Amino acid sequence: MTEVTMTVNGKLMRGEVEGRTLLVSFLRDQLGLTGTHVGCDTSQCGACVVHVDGKAVKSCTMLALEADGAEVATIEGQADADGSLNVIQQAFQDHHGLQCGFCTPGMVMSAAALLKENPKPTEDEIRHYLEGNICRCTGYHNIVKAILAASGQEAAAIAAE
Amino acid sequence: MYEFEFVKPTTLADAIAALGAEEAQALGGGQTLIPTMKQRLAAPAVLVSLTGIEEMKGVSIGDGIITIGGATPHAVVAEAVAGAYPALAALAGNIGDPAVRNRGTIGGSLANNDPSACYPAAALASGATVVTSNREIAADDYFQGMFTTALEDGEIVTAVRFPVPEVASYRKFEQPASRFALVGVFVAKYPEGVRVAVTGASEEGVFRWTEAEAALSVEFSPDALEGLNVSPEGMIGDLHGTAEYRAHLVKVMTKRAVAACIG
Ligand SMILES: Cc1cc2nc3c(=O)[nH]c(=O)nc-3n(C[C@H](O)[C@H](O)[C@H](O)COP(=O)(O)OP(=O)(O)OC[C@H]3O[C@@H](n4cnc5c(N)ncnc54)[C@H](O)[C@@H]3O)c2cc1C
Ligand code: FES
Ligand code: FES
Repeated sequence: MTEVTMTVNGKLMRGEVEGRTLLVSFLRDQLGLTGTHVGCDTSQCGACVVHVDGKAVKSCTMLALEADGAEVATIEGQADADGSLNVIQQAFQDHHGLQCGFCTPGMVMSAAALLKENPKPTEDEIRHYLEGNICRCTGYHNIVKAILAASGQEAAAIAAE
Repeated sequence: MYEFEFVKPTTLADAIAALGAEEAQALGGGQTLIPTMKQRLAAPAVLVSLTGIEEMKGVSIGDGIITIGGATPHAVVAEAVAGAYPALAALAGNIGDPAVRNRGTIGGSLANNDPSACYPAAALASGATVVTSNREIAADDYFQGMFTTALEDGEIVTAVRFPVPEVASYRKFEQPASRFALVGVFVAKYPEGVRVAVTGASEEGVFRWTEAEAALSVEFSPDALEGLNVSPEGMIGDLHGTAEYRAHLVKVMTKRAVAACIG
């Protein structure tokens, strides 16, 4: 076992892990942060997306030890300081961007990464950015709308496909 | 995944030393290797992460040559070469998805030489040089068939040097589930001639379509390819497409790449 230290949602966290411990296992099993989901475990679905040093990564395909010393952000840290939903989360609620909610943590974290890089993405840019996030329920349309709305753009304008 | 010892050296010299251990293997972004280890198709005793080695990261541009550190993620390449080599930037920016591009590296992609990967096409069409921990290998000698390269055990891809073409384009017919290339064609035009590299199609991995190169070096237009045909012999046939379909796509994607170059 090796000691690992990382800042998770602003708090310094420490733990003992094996070489093979995945970042997602460390977050879920050791830190109890079960908001990050495991959908496929084969780097296809994006349910496990978190930010490491500001970049979206699939935490099922990164070793915990690779995040030693890093700043990690998960869905648990997304709400505003008073506990209310942040702009992206609120937009998902307002626009019915989720049904079962399984993909939602990854969707919100990917959306947050996108809006940081590109504050006013077009519909096409949003769809392209979400290529690695699979949703079995919504048909994506309301997710795209939610992200458009969260970026302060008109969401009603996009046509259903 | 079986347990292993994890080491993360900060210098190339330490990485080379660590890879000298019995059953040691390099870890780039892990986007291929970690899934492979989960399936127990790889089970190294020591995993040597290359992601902490600063001298293997980043992009430098000068004198018509772009040098990309072997541990540079796809997302960084996509941004850094957008001005100097737009076709290469577009290729890097369209590998997998954003999370894959934030971790996956050019060195890992070239070392793996997946028959459907994108970077091998760019390296071969550009006549790139693969710089390793102990030598330099011309792209023409580097790719040796599906998942096979000139790399020896423990040899690290430290950098890749791309001569910048006059114009180039990569056209990828995406396999929508995996987002890899069903067929991808990279066309690059240099003063010495045109190079055409095809990925995703052949049982032998990435290859140069030399008939197309000759025709395009005489006349750089999609029409120049009209009389040519690719034989389905030796092409990959699977549930995503037959060998005939892939052979057909090679010509279609080459034409589109040329059209994009002149358009
Ligand atoms: C969902 C998904 C979609 C993808 N889509 C595409 C796509 O469209 N096109 C595409 O081209 N690729 C695609 N990939 C593959 C991706 O580009 C990988 O990042 C890449 O193939 C491997 O790079 P890596 O840095 O992750 O290497 P790793 O997975 O860490 O390693 C792969 C192999 O290379 C060796 N290695 C790693 N770095 C070096 C080095 N510097 N020197 C020597 N050996 C080294 C390792 O030992 C291992 O054998 C996709 C992957 C995923 C998960
Ligand atoms: S659980 Fe990580 S990509 Fe699906
Ligand atoms: S809301 Fe159910 S998977 Fe997306």
